[in-house]
Amino acid sequence: MRPTVIKGRPWVIVDAEGNLIDDIDTDQIYHNAYLAVTDPREMGGYAFSNLEGWGDFPKEAKPGDVLFVGENFGAGSSRQHAVDCFLALGIGAVVGRSFGAIYKRNAINSGLPLLELPEIPVAALRAFEEVTVDLESGEIRSPGGRVIARARPMSRVALEIYRAGGLLELKRL
Amino acid sequence: MGRTVIEKIFAAHTEDEVVPGKVIWLDLDARSARDFAGANVVKRFREAYPGERVADPGKTFFTFDCNAPANTIAYAQNQRICRLFAREQGIKVYDVDSGIGSHVLMEEGIAVPGATVVGTDSHLNILGAVGAFGQGMGDVDIAFAFRYGRTWFEVPPTMHIVLTGRCEFPATAKDLTLFLVGKLGSRGALGKAVEIEGEAVEVLDMAGRITLCSMATEMGAISAFLPPSDALWEFVEGATGRRDFPYPTADPDAEYIQELGLDVSGLKPMIAAPPRPDNVYVVSELEGERVDTVFVGSCTNGRYEDIRLVAEILKGRRVAPGVVLKVAPATRRVWGQLLKEGWLEVLYDAGAVITHAACAGCAQGQIGMTGEGEVQLSTGNRNFPGKQGKGPTYLCSPATAAASALLGRITSPERL
Ligand code: SF4
Repeated sequence: MRPTVIKGRPWVIVDAEGNLIDDIDTDQIYHNAYLAVTDPREMGGYAFSNLEGWGDFPKEAKPGDVLFVGENFGAGSSRQHAVDCFLALGIGAVVGRSFGAIYKRNAINSGLPLLELPEIPVAALRAFEEVTVDLESGEIRSPGGRVIARARPMSRVALEIYRAGGLLELKRL
Repeated sequence: MGRTVIEKIFAAHTEDEVVPGKVIWLDLDARSARDFAGANVVKRFREAYPGERVADPGKTFFTFDCNAPANTIAYAQNQRICRLFAREQGIKVYDVDSGIGSHVLMEEGIAVPGATVVGTDSHLNILGAVGAFGQGMGDVDIAFAFRYGRTWFEVPPTMHIVLTGRCEFPATAKDLTLFLVGKLGSRGALGKAVEIEGEAVEVLDMAGRITLCSMATEMGAISAFLPPSDALWEFVEGATGRRDFPYPTADPDAEYIQELGLDVSGLKPMIAAPPRPDNVYVVSELEGERVDTVFVGSCTNGRYEDIRLVAEILKGRRVAPGVVLKVAPATRRVWGQLLKEGWLEVLYDAGAVITHAACAGCAQGQIGMTGEGEVQLSTGNRNFPGKQGKGPTYLCSPATAAASALLGRITSPERL
């Protein structure tokens, strides 16, 4: 069974001024120059390959890390690479203000947990070394165990798919 | 509590409680894959479900429309992979002779009022034109839908748009649609279902309903729904021989997340300039700009009524020297009707290049691409850079397309 409590370093995806970046599209997450890549492990190396200021992300990311993102994350094309690149890096969860509709489906179908949180406490998150995200309750906790934000919990169906390891692994309906 | 249209359709296809924001399991009346992504669906299916069968071959379809007949080897291979899978599973293929998949699903009576349909086409929400829920999805989703006949879906909130006034020629359904896309913007209806009402909608013919619903995608909407009309029932009867489908309409006490009233009386012909569908102007604002090529077709404006209107405007005249007019009917049926009634001859005499039914120019298909700097007017739904070639693309109505082809410049149809 895959864990429903994720512990990892928070990455707050902000611009040079420290503001959350909205409308990060699938081309910024995974540039179309690398669409021919078919090995999912290789895709990790291109995560955020087209997002200004975030070129080193793949080198620094560690399994379990949690992404905090702005509005309409994953807008644009339906490319699966934009989800698979984070899975390849072992990203534990993505918490965002909102997501592009197709991106949300692709992520959930591939077993990448997504949580919606309308207000992201940017400053607080950037100060923490580590956060804990409870996919079932939506609670996000500081290293000391204090609840710092409450995201919308993942839906029952999304959790079912996540636990199975992806939609195509869900063999009992 | 009352229900909106999408909530009604969902409630009839699930055991789960239908509330906006909730994720439900949805039974699907039909699932389809096109030549683009179809081969990936087959690959995913074979890997995940080796040796297994699709849930119900009678409700499972392939529609080839992106590159039909294939003019690249890659597409030819993909179509072949789909055909072989279809043969083995007993699935019907609407092959390269059929036309745009979403239109074929309506013409064949597969998408009927109240039905739920998913496929690999991002404009499948066009099925809102017949009161069906249609949704485009990725290959993983469709492989799952093929296998189980169901999918998960988050019930979207619904937005209610009431139009006042009538829009009169030269403003057509496409102008109304572009007007709405411009008003809402590409995120205006993000993640929402949209119900659009008012006289301007009630009087639309079937082609107009299709035009309006097809561009729900460009408003960011999940789907757009319109009230039923005589034109709708005539079309449904033609497709199925029946009129007794319960048409999904909202309850009087349905809950909307947003209400919007817009006055469309006196609407002028509209045009979307590059690089985005919501970059909308009144045609007269851009009048006089040079046009090199004009594409009439796509799932948005490839119906019989659309192309006949172009032929009527061009009748007895010729497109401007140096202008290439490209015409692609949406389906084989549309193409046949235009042919038999003589409209293709009119277009031929006007100098048009006519191709068979498919997405054609909209999906980088057979009717040609634009080179750098080549200005194209298209009756399609997207003008993102590169979608139809290197040149800038403007989106407009069939009437504006015809008028502009005649003069070789962006021209509002009332000028003729
Ligand atoms: S005509 Fe264009 S938008 Fe419509 S289904 Fe074909 S490719 Fe998609």
